[in-house]
Amino acid sequence: MACIEAHGLRKTFGTKIALDGLDLRVEEGRILGLIGPNGAGKTTALNAILGLTPYQGELKVLGRDPWTARDQLMRDVSFIADVAVLPRWMRVSQALDYVAGVHPRFDRAKAEGFLARTDIRRASRIRELSKGMVAQLHLALVMAIDARLLVLDEPTLGLDILYRKQFYDSLLNDYFDRSRTIVVTTHQVEEIQDVLTDLMFINRGRIVLDCSMEEFEARYLQVMVNPENVAAAQALKPIHERQVFGRSILLFDHADRQELAALGEVRTPSIADVFVAVMGNQTQGAAR
Amino acid sequence: MNTLANAQPELPVDAPATRPMYWSVRRELWENRSIYMAPLIAAAVALFGYLISTVGLPHRMRALLALGPAQQSQAIARPYSFVAALLIATAFIVGVFYCLDALHGERRDRSILFWKSLPVSDRTTVLSKAIIPLVVLPLLIFVMIVVTQMIMLMLSTAVLLLGNGSSVAMLWARLPLFKMALGLLYALTAIALWHAPLYGWFLLVSGWARRATFLWAVLPPLAISAFERIAFHTSYIGSLLRYRLIGWFAQGFDFKPRGTAPVDPLTQLTPWRFLSTPGLWIGLGAAAIFLVAAVRLRRTREPI
Repeated sequence: MACIEAHGLRKTFGTKIALDGLDLRVEEGRILGLIGPNGAGKTTALNAILGLTPYQGELKVLGRDPWTARDQLMRDVSFIADVAVLPRWMRVSQALDYVAGVHPRFDRAKAEGFLARTDIRRASRIRELSKGMVAQLHLALVMAIDARLLVLDEPTLGLDILYRKQFYDSLLNDYFDRSRTIVVTTHQVEEIQDVLTDLMFINRGRIVLDCSMEEFEARYLQVMVNPENVAAAQALKPIHERQVFGRSILLFDHADRQELAALGEVRTPSIADVFVAVMGNQTQGAAR
Repeated sequence: MNTLANAQPELPVDAPATRPMYWSVRRELWENRSIYMAPLIAAAVALFGYLISTVGLPHRMRALLALGPAQQSQAIARPYSFVAALLIATAFIVGVFYCLDALHGERRDRSILFWKSLPVSDRTTVLSKAIIPLVVLPLLIFVMIVVTQMIMLMLSTAVLLLGNGSSVAMLWARLPLFKMALGLLYALTAIALWHAPLYGWFLLVSGWARRATFLWAVLPPLAISAFERIAFHTSYIGSLLRYRLIGWFAQGFDFKPRGTAPVDPLTQLTPWRFLSTPGLWIGLGAAAIFLVAAVRLRRTREPI
């Protein structure tokens, strides 16, 4: 059974199309990165998955219809919708009490254990915590919930690099166990490249790239081409080309590694590089 | 993937029972401390005022000795009723402002995204917020009024005993404190039921308006009644609004002209007339409609 399955998901705000017949399938046990430019429909897609917004089309999350069964779904789904949604008036101890009181799968001892590793005091109000500490608290609450799907929408926005690193480290070491599924959106794609098992690009309410990270690494190659080889490299139809310090960096989709190695130094591109190339081509395609 | 992993895992048998409604109500009390702080402060102010007034109490009691029992009873009970009325009015104001913020605040500070990430239905959430003015506040106010009145009685007794002590007997004989408490419980129930549609309306507006919830809740009804008055020289809407605010008093109580004997406070209650007033049931129906609409609205509403 797929964890998330969507067919022809549509959602419009007035005349603006947020989701344009989106098809999506996420298997269990994957860590999926959903990457897209601002306004691409990422958050709308996640909101539909979480039962926060009505939609047209077919959508099943863990076998349930999120819009009609949000409260039941939330027993098995956790989410962090950007930083700073924890109520600022609440005390840390009250947050623990409340979640323990309403969530059947919350393990309070586990949450206390995570908090013990931080400087967060139980008596503090959330408004007194730093942004990084609020993220730590939210993550501690969420990781103590034995959920099957965790959705993270820009979970590290505005955090400094130490907290961001720590956030994904805890997630991988203390939470992910191959039976859970994690869906994450972020603009800081470099930081999650090693975390992900699957990658999706979304643009204008459609999925424009959907592959596993193994496929990604097999498919995309980046070559730093010496000036004398540029013409030969361009003949192989790169999907993107840019100049760095006078040398050309060309990105190829489905190219032969041996052939490219003759032209210069070959390496796996970053998600950001491929993202720029794919989105750039999308824009040109739309303009044409 | 094997079939075991595909099966919907059931909750472990020893999973702690969750009580979403109980914790949602507690959550409201954590967030809105004004629910109990405002009445407490009002009670403290009233007590302080009463403390000062006890300076003249022995003198006033002596003056009462010359009057008939009905007037004695009335004069003695007056400050006690005043405290009750003060706290009831405070609770009403607290309840109105609580409702206006209840479904608005969580959207304003985006915490609705946190609440919605937990397995608590929109119905439970909205009902837990409606329970505050309809159940929690009346009960809280009842306890506070009774305790305040007890303290007043103790205070008066102490002051009179320090004087000559002759009027203490009259004070206790003319003040039917237990019956007053029963009457108070009745009044608070009647007010809560009668005002239910008001709180429902305020909750609905608080879930709907993007800003200025108070204005959205209050100005449209006033504007409609003003329009009616100007256009048709009638005031049906205006009197309807007034009826909704204070109608519980006319329907639930019957204050007869005073005779010579002290009036038993319980004979002034007219529960059957109150319960057979169509306005009560129409109001409760409207409250139900407003709450259902508020639940539906909370499902679709996003942070502001």
